[in-house]
Formats: sequence, C-alpha cells, structure tokens
Amino acid sequence: MSLITKYVLISIDEDTLIAGARKVETELKRILEELDLSREIMVVETGTMGIMGKGVVILIQPDDVTYVNVTPEDVREIANEHLLKGRPVKRLEFTGKIDQSVISFRETAQELKKQTRVVLGNSGLINPESIDEYIAVNGYEALGKALTEHKPEEIIDIVKKSGLRGRGGAGFPTGLKWSFTAPLKNKPKYLVCNADEGEPGTFKDRLIMEGDPHKLLEGMAIAAYAIGAEKGFIYIRGEYTLSINRTQKAIEDARKYGLLGQDIFGSGFSFDVEIKKGAGAYVCGEETALINSLEGGRGNPRVKPPFPGVQGLWQQPTVVNNVETLSNVPAIILNGADWYKSIGTEKSSGTKVYTILGHVHNPGLIEVEMGTTLRDIIYKYAGGVKGGKFKCALVGGAAGAFLNEEMLDVRMDYDHLGEYKAVLGSGAILVMNEESCIVDMLRNILFFFKHESCGKCSPCRIGTAQLYMLADKIYSGQGTDEDLDQMLTLSEAMSTTALCALGQSPYLVIHTADKFFKDEIEEHIRRKVCMKDICRMNGAEHK
Amino acid sequence: MAEMVKLYIDGTEVEVPEGTTILNAAKEAGKNIPTLCYHQDLPPTAACGVCVIEYEGRPGMQRACCTPVAPGMKVITNSKTLRERRKAVIGLILSNHNVDCPSCAANEKCELQKLANDLGVDMHMYEKILDHRPEDKTSVAIVRDPDKCILCGRCVTVCDEIQTVHAIEIADRGFDAHVDTAFSAGMGVSPCVNCGQCIVYCPTGALREQSHLEAVWDAILDPEKHVVVQEAPAIRASIGEEFGMEIGSVTVGKMYSALKRIGFDAIFDTNFSADLTIMEEGTELVQRIQKGGKLPLITSCSPGWVKFMETFFPNLGENTSTAKSPQQMMGALTKTYYAEKSGIDPAKIVSVSIMPCTAKKFEAQRPEMRDSGYQDVDYVLTTREFVRMIREAGLDFKNLPEEKPYHALADYTGAATIFGATGGVMEAAVRSAYYLLTKKDMNNVDIKPVRGMEGIKEAELEIPGVGKVKVAVAHGLGNARELLTKVNKQLEETGKSEYVFIEIMACPGGCVGGGGQPYGSSIAMRARRGEGLYQEDSSLPKRCSHHNEAILNIYKEFLSEPGSKKAHKLLHTNYVERSVVSGDAVREITHKHGH
Repeated sequence: MSLITKYVLISIDEDTLIAGARKVETELKRILEELDLSREIMVVETGTMGIMGKGVVILIQPDDVTYVNVTPEDVREIANEHLLKGRPVKRLEFTGKIDQSVISFRETAQELKKQTRVVLGNSGLINPESIDEYIAVNGYEALGKALTEHKPEEIIDIVKKSGLRGRGGAGFPTGLKWSFTAPLKNKPKYLVCNADEGEPGTFKDRLIMEGDPHKLLEGMAIAAYAIGAEKGFIYIRGEYTLSINRTQKAIEDARKYGLLGQDIFGSGFSFDVEIKKGAGAYVCGEETALINSLEGGRGNPRVKPPFPGVQGLWQQPTVVNNVETLSNVPAIILNGADWYKSIGTEKSSGTKVYTILGHVHNPGLIEVEMGTTLRDIIYKYAGGVKGGKFKCALVGGAAGAFLNEEMLDVRMDYDHLGEYKAVLGSGAILVMNEESCIVDMLRNILFFFKHESCGKCSPCRIGTAQLYMLADKIYSGQGTDEDLDQMLTLSEAMSTTALCALGQSPYLVIHTADKFFKDEIEEHIRRKVCMKDICRMNGAEHK
Repeated sequence: MAEMVKLYIDGTEVEVPEGTTILNAAKEAGKNIPTLCYHQDLPPTAACGVCVIEYEGRPGMQRACCTPVAPGMKVITNSKTLRERRKAVIGLILSNHNVDCPSCAANEKCELQKLANDLGVDMHMYEKILDHRPEDKTSVAIVRDPDKCILCGRCVTVCDEIQTVHAIEIADRGFDAHVDTAFSAGMGVSPCVNCGQCIVYCPTGALREQSHLEAVWDAILDPEKHVVVQEAPAIRASIGEEFGMEIGSVTVGKMYSALKRIGFDAIFDTNFSADLTIMEEGTELVQRIQKGGKLPLITSCSPGWVKFMETFFPNLGENTSTAKSPQQMMGALTKTYYAEKSGIDPAKIVSVSIMPCTAKKFEAQRPEMRDSGYQDVDYVLTTREFVRMIREAGLDFKNLPEEKPYHALADYTGAATIFGATGGVMEAAVRSAYYLLTKKDMNNVDIKPVRGMEGIKEAELEIPGVGKVKVAVAHGLGNARELLTKVNKQLEETGKSEYVFIEIMACPGGCVGGGGQPYGSSIAMRARRGEGLYQEDSSLPKRCSHHNEAILNIYKEFLSEPGSKKAHKLLHTNYVERSVVSGDAVREITHKHGH
C-alpha cells in the first residue's frame, strides 16, 4: 500500500497548455520517478485555478503553495527544494491577492461559508477527466434526485423559485423559459447548450467546461428531463479544443456509467448528448443563428416569433441555455430553491462567474455573489488596477457598456445595472486604466461588430460599416461633431431596426462612451489631438 | 378554418385569420406599411428592416412582414420615430447602392427608387460606402450587378425555394456579404437554368438580361441584312401593361404594327411554330402510345426546364419530347424554308425572336440549334428589351393601329396562343392528339382542369380506343421537381408511371411569368395575363393546331408529314447530361434521330 504524502495539482487549461503545461507535467513525472517519489507524490491534472496570464500554474497540497510561470527547467528545483526538503521556492511563488478569490484553495472553512462556489466548486480541485472524482463530490446526485423524486413540473417549479436567470447575457428567467417548452406535445424536443462563447474578453464557459464538464452534463440531463427532451447538443466553439475533448470524454464516461443514454436510473427517462463544433462566428452565439448553424446552414439569425422554445432546431421545440446557466442547475436541485435564492440579490439570485482582464494585476476567473460591486471585483479579487488609475471598465463584452468611476459602487446584477441602461452580459470585465483612449477602444469594438455582422439585415450590415467608418474618421483626426451625432443617432436607429442583438448592441457602447467620455471624444474632433497618443491623428486614410 | 383575430391598426379595428402578418392585416385597414425586401409571392426574408412597427406590450420595434397578429393587438404603423427609423434604413441602403437610376435597367420599376422617393429620403444621409465588385457577365442570359444588390434575398429565395435550382447563395458575411455562385465562378458556370425568376423578383436593377438590343438595332439599320422577327405567345399579353393598358390586354395587332415601324423586314409569329410543335410533339405522343415508346412524354418547349432536366433529372432525357421549342422550329425554318421560298441568302438573314424568357437566349446559342447550317436564331430579345425598343423608336404603342404580319409563317390557332400560360401546351396537345388517335375532334376543346395557378395539376381524359389517359402539368421548377420525383419513384418501383403526358414550364404561371417579363411580375399579374390568352383562344375561329391551314401547307410543300425525316432534321433535337456544379455538358443522353 502506498501512502500519498503530497499532491501536485497542475492546471491544464487552454492558457496553461499554450504556456507549456504538458512539458512541465512530463518533466515533473520524470523527476519524481528519478527521485523515487512517484508513489508518495501524486501529480493531478485539474481545470483552471483562476489565475490567468501567468504561464503554467501548479499547486502543492497540503502545503498550499502556488507556483506560477513554471518552466520545465524549474521543475528540478521545485522537486529538490520543496518536495524533498520542504522549502518552498520563493521566486516562483504566486504573491497575488488570491486569498479572497472564491476559487482559491487557501480559504479557511469560514471564508468558504461566506463565499459560495456553485459553478466553479470543483474546478481546480478535481480531475475533470475523472467521472469517479466528480461522483465522489456528490456528482450526479442531483440528477438521481430529480429523476427519482421529482416530476418534470416540479423541477421547473424549483428552478423558477430559485430565481435562476440566463447567464448568456440577456438574463431571461430559466424556469420560465423551460415552462414554455415543457407542456408542448410536439416531439422530439431538443435541449441545446450554448457554448459558443464569443463575446470579446469572455472565457468563463470554456473554463467551466475544462474544469468540470460533468456538472454541465448533469445540468443538461436535469433540464432535458424538465422539458421532455431526449436529445441534447452542446454547440462549442471549434477553438475550444480542450473543452471539446474533456466534454467528449465526459459524455462517453457518463454513457458507460448509465448516466446518459437509455432509461437513466431506471426512471424511464432517456437522454443523450452530442457535441457540435462551431466555426467561430460571433453571431452564432445568438440562439437562432446557433440553431441555423447546428442544422448545417448559414449562421444567420431567424425571425422571432416563432421563438425556439416553440419552433427551434429542425422546427421542433428547443430550449437553448448557456453553459453557466446549466451548470447552476445541479446545485439548485440538490440544495433547494431557497438555498439558491439566499445567495445574491433579490431579483438576481445566485452567483456570477466573471472573466476579468485588461489593466488589472490578477486577470482571471472569479465566481462571486450576484450584486457584488465592480469595485470589489476589481480591487478585492483582481488585485486592483495596473499601470495607472482606473478609467473605466467595459462590462459585458463588445455588446456591453462602459462603466466609469462613478459606477464602481453599482451592484452588479441584472436589475441594478439595468437602471443605468447597462448590462451584465457575458460576464466579461475589461478594465482600462487612464492611459487608454476611449476613441481607440470604440473604434476597435466597432470594427469587431462590422467584422462579425452576419450580413443578413441591412441596418446591421451597412450600419456597422458606417459606424466603424465614422469612428475611424474621429480616430484619424478627420471627425466632425456631425460624425459623432450620426454615430449616436444611427446606433439608436439600429437598436430598433436590426434583426438581432448584434446590430442592436453598438448603441450601448457608443452611448455610454459618449455619456462618460464626451470631452475626450470632442478633443479628438475639435482639437485633433489624442492626449494618450494612441490614435493616429495624422489624417491617415480611413477605410 | 382559421380562427379570426381582432386587432387594431392605428386605432382602426380589423379582423383577420389567425397567422396573418401585421403587414397584411394593415392592408385590411387601408394601410400599406412601407416595405422593401418583402414580396407577396415569397416567404419573408426579414432583411431590410423598413417595415418596422410598434405594438403595445412588446418593447422595441418589430417587422410587420413577419410578425403574426395576436388578439387585441394595438399596432402603431406611423409615428415620428418610426418614420425616422425607416428613413435611416433606406438611407443606409442607398449609401451602399450604386444609385444609377437614369441608366439603370430597372429605372421607374425599381422598388428602392420608389420607396426612397415616397418616403422623402435624403440619399446623401450617409456617406457612400460601396465595395465595387465587377458585374457577373459569365452567363449568356443573365447579368448580375453586385453594386446594385441590396441583399434583400429574394433572388436567393426564388432560386432555392421556388425553383430548387440553388445556383446562387449569400456568400461571406457582414459588409462583405454578397450574392454569389459556388466558387465565385459566375452564373455561367453554375447550375443556373437561366429561368430569370431572380430578375423578375429583383426589387432593383441588380439583375438583368444579357442584352441583344444593340445588335438587333445594328442589324435592322444594316441594308445588307434581312431581319426577320418572331414573337412568343406570352409577350402579346404583357406589352400593353407597360404602356398604360390593363394587365392581361392582348395586343397582337399593335405588336405587329410596332415591329413594322421599328423596321423588321419580315414579321412571323412564334404562334405559328407553336402549332407546328403540337403537330410534331402530338405525333410523337401518339406514336409512343401506339408503339409502346417511353412514357410519360414530357414537353420540351421551356428551355429553363430542359436545362433543369439535363442537370437534375438526366434519367428522364428519353422521356422528354425530342421536338424543339417553337422558337427553334421557327429559327430552323427561317433559314431553310423561308430562305428558299423567298430567294434570300440565309447567310444574310438575321433571325430575331422576342420572348418572355431569358433561357431562350441560352437555348438559341446551344450547339444543337444549328440545323439550318447557321445559328437558327441569332438574337433573342426579352419583353423588357422590346418595350425599350418601342420607346426608343418613339412609338405611341397604345394608339398604334392594328396591323397584320407579313407572312404566312404567322398564321396561328387558339391552341398556339395558350402556350403562354401554364397548362396551355398540354391543352393544345390534347386537342390534336385526340384527333390524331381517333380521327375525330373533341366536342369541347376547353380542358379546364389543366388551367390555373395551382402548382401541380392533373386531369384524366377518356379517349375512345385508348381508354383513360392521365396527364399532369407542373409550373415552377420546385413543383416540377416534386412531380418528377414522384414519377421517378413510380418508374423505379413498377417500371410505369400513372401519367402518359406531362407539361412542365420552368416559370411559375408559365411563359406569362417568364424571366424576360417586366420587373415585378407577381403571381396575380401572371394569372391575369394568362386569362388574356385564354380569352384570345376562345375568340379565334380555329382552336386546334391541326386545323391551321398554313401548317398543313408547310407539310405539303416542305416537310412532307409530322415526324418525317426532314421534320426530324430541322424540328427535333437531342439532350445532354450536365454537371450540377458547372452546368457544362457531360455526355449525350439522347441521340438525334437519323444521326
């Protein structure tokens, strides 16, 4: 019998893979073998630990030491000094304020109570490729409970009562969405998981899938049971190789264990899941465009009504839910609606997973209660603003809004942000310090919209091109006051005439940029100067 | 019966069947909500965003073209904001459109031009942003001008859903989105069958025919050339409406009069060769019935359908009549019979046809169509080109005198005139086949079950000595595909189809709805033109092709008898199988008789 004395957890996600996590892992195993430690010290692959942009990340337990930017060359030192002699390698230790992060391992039991991990509870703790580890932390218990103790209507009731709202951006009440499809007699029905995360700066769904794919599958099975679907699809961005591989393995393992497939838990309910890779179009995150793409057609949005809940995939009733939404479901079933409702704010219950990036010390992934202020997210969890004072944050991705300093204490949830005509959106928080230029940022975002418009409807196809051209004029010192006015009126016209959210969205970034940074934009127009020296004010030709 | 729904359009109560769109419900209240991409004959594409409206209880604006009514709905179609938004959308479209109105093929027919004017849109509202793309002139029949395309999607809808040809699609995305063919190879290197329905439904001038107009003028004005002209049955029912006459007015005498004044040297009539087609095709049918040949026999006068058959149903090549279309029969006779008889060197004859069709341009240039030793038909003008010609010649068409053609190659019966409407060839063929089989004329030559706009029509006829004969008619290639898929299934399963004779026309409504007809030809307009042709038929003294004395005469003088060796040489053709990708001929699927 071997006695494990230490665990070396190595984060295997898309970012660490690029940084060379596999090489570090191989080297680690080789050296442990060489030192004859491989029976005492176990190397465990996990999902993300929430630390981004810091290379290969490993965590040594029970010592609770996190190393970042680890290279294969560092491995021998870590093995000799830390694993053999018990002396942590100071130069590689992570010194960021990870203590407060909900997904850190360093929380004391008391802190853990305060901070609730619903979606990311297992991420970074268990091996995402092991179904046994997921089951060991109560995995698939919620599915068992749902199938054996509840009728589908009851599941919908619990989810309705929990106050869970769609985490894809629009915040539509999940239980209500399900309740439109559940009573329909038209079969087959489909459950589609939207994992086509395309909002710039958003990567939460990827890390959820990489870190805990079984939780998503369990959530899907419960949702499918509630609405009466026997077939589910996960539409994942094609670039998300690791998500795809891990989710695929999870599906296969779940089938082997009888947790997917025919007659699950002897309940008579059958459900299976298939992965469909997206080709990377932003618009395919829009549910009707996603459905078209899933059918093999062009990713163009459809006219609503009919809504997908009534006529979706292959004209059959279809519920489309986001990865994060579905990953909340098992915990709700297991712990009850009241428990979930106790987290977050009155109208936005539960937690929210954010990806925070830009000018912050610790970019990464965090899961906090709904209603946490932007200030807390930036300063408590992300280590504060890097390289200068806080200027603004773009919240919700390109389809989101700029929030400036005055907005730092607004509670981040659907309703409080709604009061300021801002949105929670995808959960991306892009922080900009005072050295950044709003015109440059706006032009970038408008280029993105122009590039990603599907081209189906005129207001969006031509409108996004016009908006980019106008922003580019201002960026290159050729803008006029009329150009700014036209950006405001045109984006407003697009907000009601474009067919889907893509063409309707530029309104928010343009109007919030104008609201908070009008002086800065006018400086570009009237004085032909970019005080940050970022914009090309030399009148270069715009295109 | 659909339930009735009561709602309010700007305060006016209307009651419409459940499922009606707000756009159509508003018409009940006397309101035409401005719309651009929508066309009544096609499923909505919801592309343009012009028809936005608001209603109480749902935030934002919705598209009237595709939003169904709901009980008690209070719809607002006109407000300051709505007017501004519609103008903004049209302004955007104009900023991305080559505004070339005076020299545009669609001038005065253009729906964008009219709407912009109706709504008082400032065309300089937004800066011009137009990625210039070259015109697609690869097709012998159809030209595409991407700079005038507004991406309404109608052409794609027609090609995909109505015609099921799938030659064009929207390619690329966002501002780069454009209508294209596979591999951007061009319409001429695609499965396009040249039906031209994309042109007829185009709201702007982004699609037009490959014009032969200048060449025809040059020939007319060249004293060395002897220029003859033939006119299709369907065009006489659509020229009038372009000159302020009622839709469906049949204007044969004015048509001849105009041709004469334009300067054609001899005026024939495709109706003559339509009667001739009946004699050849009818004889072929009778022979197949009597000698046990391949059945069903399928008509071959629609060149769009012929190319469709060659591309998608090559196994039915031997079922397709070998008879040439009336245009090509006339072309072959012009440079043989007419040249001989009038002592004119066929090399100096320029043979022009005026057709409601763009596929006829392709047909005239097929290598099979040179049996006279020359290209049998030199130039094909569409109805639209002919209308322009009349205008250019300065003719007051409406007030022209009624005149007669120049030559016996213009005599025709009612059977020929109805060739222009769906079911017409079937009806004409049955009238004569009945006679050929029984040596008796039908008591009543009206075969009403094959008339009208239903997509697939069937009729059962009792022919003494033969028994019950089932026939079918399909118009629009989507309907043709449906019918022929059924036929193929029957042939595969039992070796025999329930049908003996099938008429297929590529265009919905038949030739009155052809791709060469005026822009904006709706199904309703096509039906009215068809009515005009049926009226002419019933008003004519002779209504069966075999009663046409000029036809009997040409057999006596020149062709000897229907189906003779000479008739086969000049009046019959053969078919090839075509690549679904490029439309190119791959191999012969039938061989010409006697070759």
